[in-house]
Amino acid sequence: MSGQQPMLQADGVTKTFQVGSRFRPGGIQHVQALTNVSLEVYAGETVGLVGESGCGKSTLGRTLLRLYDVNDGRILFKGRDITRLAQRALRPLRADMQMVFQDPYSSLNPRRRVGDLIADPLRVHGRRSEKEVQGRLHELMELVNLSPEFLTRFPHEFSGGQRQRIGIARAIALAPSLIVADEPVSALDVSVQAQIVNLFMDLQQKLGLTYVFIAHDLSVVRQIASRTAVMYLGSIVELGETDRVLHRPAHPYTAALISAVPEPDPQGNIRTRTILRGEPPSPTNPPPGCRFHTRCPIAQDRCRVEVPQLRPLEDQHSVACHFPLEEEAPGRA
Amino acid sequence: MPADMAVPSSGAAATPSPGTGDTLLDVRDLCVSFRSERGIIRILENASFTVGQREILSIVGESGSGKSMTSLAVMRLITDPNAIITGTITYKGRDLLKLDPREMRDLRGREIAMIFQDPMTAMTPVYTIGWQIEEQLRAHQKLSSKAARARSVELLGEMGIPAPARVATRYPHQLSGGMRQRAMIAMALSCNPSLLIADEPTTALDVTVQAQILELIQRLRQDFGSSVILITHDMGVVGTISDRVMVMYAGIIAERGPKPLVLAQPSHPYTLGLLNSIPPMHGERPVRLPSIPGSPPSPMGRPAGCPFQPRCDFRYERCGTRPPLFRNGAQEASCYLAERGLPDWPHERAIRAKGTAA
Amino acid sequence: MLLPTLRRLAEMIFVMLGISIVVFLIFFATPGSDPAARIAGRNASPETLAQVRHSFGLDQPLPVQYFKVMEKLFVSRDLTSFVNRGQKVIPAVIEATPVTLSLVLGAAVIWVIFGIWVGVTAAATRGTVIDRALMFCGLVGVSMPVFWVGSVANLITQSRFHHTWLFHWVPGLGYTPITQNPWLWFKSLVIPWITLAILYIGLYGRVLRANLVEAYQEDFIRTARAKGLSETRIMFRHALRTSLITFVSMFGLDFGALVGGGALLTEVVFDLPGVGRLTYQALQSLDLPFIMATVMYSSFFVVVANAIVDIAYAWLDPRVRDAR
Repeated sequence: MSGQQPMLQADGVTKTFQVGSRFRPGGIQHVQALTNVSLEVYAGETVGLVGESGCGKSTLGRTLLRLYDVNDGRILFKGRDITRLAQRALRPLRADMQMVFQDPYSSLNPRRRVGDLIADPLRVHGRRSEKEVQGRLHELMELVNLSPEFLTRFPHEFSGGQRQRIGIARAIALAPSLIVADEPVSALDVSVQAQIVNLFMDLQQKLGLTYVFIAHDLSVVRQIASRTAVMYLGSIVELGETDRVLHRPAHPYTAALISAVPEPDPQGNIRTRTILRGEPPSPTNPPPGCRFHTRCPIAQDRCRVEVPQLRPLEDQHSVACHFPLEEEAPGRA
Repeated sequence: MPADMAVPSSGAAATPSPGTGDTLLDVRDLCVSFRSERGIIRILENASFTVGQREILSIVGESGSGKSMTSLAVMRLITDPNAIITGTITYKGRDLLKLDPREMRDLRGREIAMIFQDPMTAMTPVYTIGWQIEEQLRAHQKLSSKAARARSVELLGEMGIPAPARVATRYPHQLSGGMRQRAMIAMALSCNPSLLIADEPTTALDVTVQAQILELIQRLRQDFGSSVILITHDMGVVGTISDRVMVMYAGIIAERGPKPLVLAQPSHPYTLGLLNSIPPMHGERPVRLPSIPGSPPSPMGRPAGCPFQPRCDFRYERCGTRPPLFRNGAQEASCYLAERGLPDWPHERAIRAKGTAA
Repeated sequence: MLLPTLRRLAEMIFVMLGISIVVFLIFFATPGSDPAARIAGRNASPETLAQVRHSFGLDQPLPVQYFKVMEKLFVSRDLTSFVNRGQKVIPAVIEATPVTLSLVLGAAVIWVIFGIWVGVTAAATRGTVIDRALMFCGLVGVSMPVFWVGSVANLITQSRFHHTWLFHWVPGLGYTPITQNPWLWFKSLVIPWITLAILYIGLYGRVLRANLVEAYQEDFIRTARAKGLSETRIMFRHALRTSLITFVSMFGLDFGALVGGGALLTEVVFDLPGVGRLTYQALQSLDLPFIMATVMYSSFFVVVANAIVDIAYAWLDPRVRDAR
């Protein structure tokens, strides 16, 4: 996989948001949503993005699709630099990269019928006849396991899981190569999450899709992602094969994150876990040096001053830490 | 009849849990329904359960299960005039449903306290944290304003909030999610209630903050002597801090028992399906996640008989009649397959795969 | 809180300046008519017209005219009305202000008290007959035009039922300053107060009820109940306090507009020589100096009211103080 050219590549991407105005208390504040993020996504794989609120994973997902402009760095899609491309030039590319959103209750326009919602991308991009569109609609409904008679109904008549399927059908309508899924199962009931995760995996196999899968639930990411990137306060702190990252983490934050995930273990007890103290710092005022040092159990002087870069530990595994963890189990009894 | 044939749900008594003694709360045949133009909508049907002293009971369920409604009914916080609530809720010997509003108000906050999912909207935005905690203190105890302020700062400190005196002067929107939830817990515990009901307290929080809050809730047992009813949809949360579990589905109790037993050997197909559909963090990765087909029914669309029937892999003719809770040792399940002992799921699956009726 | 307040006041002055320029332009720079003729009145002699032209600098560039008008309005305050035969405008407005203030303040006290009473009672008894009756009455109050209510009130209290025990104390139409005869001042204002208040009680009662019912759906009310607080405390300390934010904002704006001369019709119907009536008379006779002065006066109060409402809003709602 590492030999070929990546389908999507982010190189030192930095994104800052401006909040507030000169005339209000506090003045203009800069939220450093992404700082020097580099990531490669190869064809056919699923890269998981995990982290807590404020880590920038959603921002990264959207930035990769050029839904946001970039302050610094480059984004390449299929070898082509799309960083500064105008929106008009991006339009034909949009057919090739799509997004599935988190909230199935707000990402579908309640005033339009399901058929029209899914057919939108077809009508906007393709030069297809109405008959072709209808044919494609039936095909899509079948792919997401929904009955075609649902096409004439409105979103509010469906459950969360069904709505998410509709959102997925819309995303694959134009047969994109890449899909960024932003927390697609977080808002669903547990028993429905598994169905949608299965659907994602099935579609990947059938249609040869590449995914960037954003989630805060580590167990879901473990199921679907071949590689995982862990983010903290706007930077990637660890990146590698999913099982390696989740079971033998090299970054103390990853270790703490894994330890915090509650599992349905019959003998489970919260007291045997390593609990990370404190709260994530504000993205408008990140700490100097390594951003994690304020909560890190093994922080040293160097961490307070020098920002660690993401560097490879071994093949396919990188970590941004001055003192990466040795090969040991992450703090669990 | 076999010795482990169940008593019908209305009589099921609590199983003493590790380290607990008497029963604090005894709910029997609790039914909550609402009148509407379309007739009577039944949200909760004949729920019975107990909570012992210093015990943590988790109530697990998805949307439409009725888990939140159960806790609101216990606190008598259902204010909808169209609500019909029947059954008995015995707390320390008194039937809460028979109390008049003043007596109930006296109990709320002082004996039984509740914390909610979203601490941002659950606290009044125009008053400081300190003011809101003091309000609760002074509603139940005769305290001077100064004493109340001192106590509220003390409580905030006990909940692990740094610089509690300063936080007491802050407004809810000025704190982070984790701090807000700690402040809510501090407020709920201010009058030393014997029972704390936590309705999805960590759902809106990050996972590392969730771990802190769960640890805090577990500590309440020793530090405050409270029992906790923890309502959640997350089996992982159940695994981490509960003593006993109650699984709810579509307004009924599907399964109930000590946590180690229920999680290791579920005796209801829904619990089994739910546990199987959680992607495992360790061990082998399934090629496909076993999942329960369909989705939980809405209160208006509940099937007759066993409500889980349409989605159940193990259904058969008897399921047309609502099963009672059958007991097997410390576990109870409302499934006919549990009638004669703990179900052997692989065996049941094998039978069905061969196409032989049970 | 200090810095935002000062900032708000600075903005206010800025806005006033802007309004004065716009008013000036409307009256002096509209193409196709002669400001001198409008100031001097319809039947002005050529000498008067020349005098006006000179005094207002109408042959000079616009900015000079602007400053001359502003000078007459605010500095020397000797803007004279030609239609009214040399009556000085500014003193007339100043004299009329206490009348308007008396009317509006009294009505405001009544409508705030009763508006809150109506809103709280309706919300506490929502769904019942009481709630519906109150809302209906509120709707009626909002729908009846003020001048009609005033005229009917006059009909009842001044003529038809004047001799009955209920209304015999109502004095004739007109105004007595409080310094002259407090009791008469009060008696002559009671009916105008009630008339003006009816509209606003209806409006505020309905809005407050809607806000309270909405507040009751909020999570923090459920928490307050879970804390074991009494329903009364929940209503006043939690629901009302949160709904007050909107109530106060609306009140500030309405009050400002009324003091600025918006109670025009009430003043006319009850023959109260306030700024509203002055405006009315000026409009009827197309007396430009008077119109200009009353427009400036009115805008001043509206701008001040807006600024005060903004400041009060931040004081009432802590979330706004930190909002960026």
